Amino acid sequence: MTAEELHFRAFRNPEHIRALAALIAQQAQGLGPVRIMEVCGGHTHAIMQHGLHTLMPENIQFIHGPGCPVCVMPKARIDQAIALAKEPEVVLVTLGDMIKVPGSDGSLADARAQGAAVHFVYSPLDALAIAAKHPDKQVVFFAIGFETTTPMSAALIESAQRAGVSNLLFHINHVTVPEAVSAILDSDDAQIDALIGPSHVSVITGAQIYQPLVDRFQLPVVVSGFEPLDILEGVHRIITQKRAGEAKLSIQYTRSVTYEGNPTAQALIARTFKKRESFEWRGLGAIAQSAWQLADRYSHLDAETIYADRFEANPREDHQACLCGTILRGAAKPTDCPLFKHPCTPQNPIGSCMVSSEGACAAYYRYGQEVRL
Amino acid sequence: MCLSIPSKIVSIDKEHNRAQVDTMGVGREVSLDLMPEPPQIGDYVLIHIGFAMNKIDEADALESIKLFEELLAAQDESGQGLP
Repeated sequence: MTAEELHFRAFRNPEHIRALAALIAQQAQGLGPVRIMEVCGGHTHAIMQHGLHTLMPENIQFIHGPGCPVCVMPKARIDQAIALAKEPEVVLVTLGDMIKVPGSDGSLADARAQGAAVHFVYSPLDALAIAAKHPDKQVVFFAIGFETTTPMSAALIESAQRAGVSNLLFHINHVTVPEAVSAILDSDDAQIDALIGPSHVSVITGAQIYQPLVDRFQLPVVVSGFEPLDILEGVHRIITQKRAGEAKLSIQYTRSVTYEGNPTAQALIARTFKKRESFEWRGLGAIAQSAWQLADRYSHLDAETIYADRFEANPREDHQACLCGTILRGAAKPTDCPLFKHPCTPQNPIGSCMVSSEGACAAYYRYGQEVRL
Repeated sequence: MCLSIPSKIVSIDKEHNRAQVDTMGVGREVSLDLMPEPPQIGDYVLIHIGFAMNKIDEADALESIKLFEELLAAQDESGQGLP
């Protein structure tokens, strides 16, 4: 087997997918309903793309989780990004995912069309070249994402300090998975019997971040990769635990995830950021200790405080019929929303769950509605 | 944003702590600032927004595939599996 086959095709082998799905169906017999929340939007997309939900028996259901950074970003923060971009001296830099996310009054793409300086980049490090190219401008990096992108923003901050870059500020919106999932499990909205955690988060944090959830809520958690066989193996491990009446933390993606995670990335985060007391999530409300802000030593680089007087406090409400918030809590499916497809589409998104390529609504739109075999 | 992709280390620039990687035939440069241990040329690493995050253990991947092969063989033998 070549390395390319090993890393890309081997975990999509249709024969193996059918064999594992058959084993899951056989072993799930006699169990009650098993509602598995896949925390990450990337998993939601993989499940829909490969039709894994159609291979599951009646009693196994996927509940789509909040792990879509753009989806959970409240309008007030997007409004702040747009307000920054509209400042004459500011050049705003952010990841491409933010382009079309609607704020109270349009998106960053709309602001750019109206003349605001907005750069959408692939990597946070691209902000260094933009800052060098615009020495007379104030470049602001609008940082978004869960634990998978937090250390990269921290690396950018340290690189900029090392290089003596003096025109780069930061607006930090990094959020954390365990606190959000804990808030969902604490609410009565969604009934969840097990979790599939995303491998890339735990490459950074280690699987350890889920141990408190396993202990407190007594539910199986499996940290899985993103290939179809990785996800199905995650489901199989959950079913095996359910049959044994167990609730344990398990790592499926052992090819890169450990219990402890990446110490270099964790140390970088710890010296660059500190936890916010509370952060407002779209759909989930305020959650304590669920987001990062700049550490005190970098507070002079914080665009959120430097430009605080330019931000308006009252974001416009979401469309009344939009169910994005409820979907993010795992309490509704995209197809329950009266706006789904008509008129809400990826070309004309009304809620953030349709905007992001990781949003559950975008996944349902792209790969079709839920069909059971 | 949230996809991390296996990529092969093609060359390493030690001075700037960066590497040239190959992602399914597409070349790009990534930072090694987050790597807990320096990778070697030929290693597969997970790439995310311009950074290598960690090595991928090929022996572990092969072991997983062996288990899938065994499952398929067992089902063929017993006549189980999807019709």
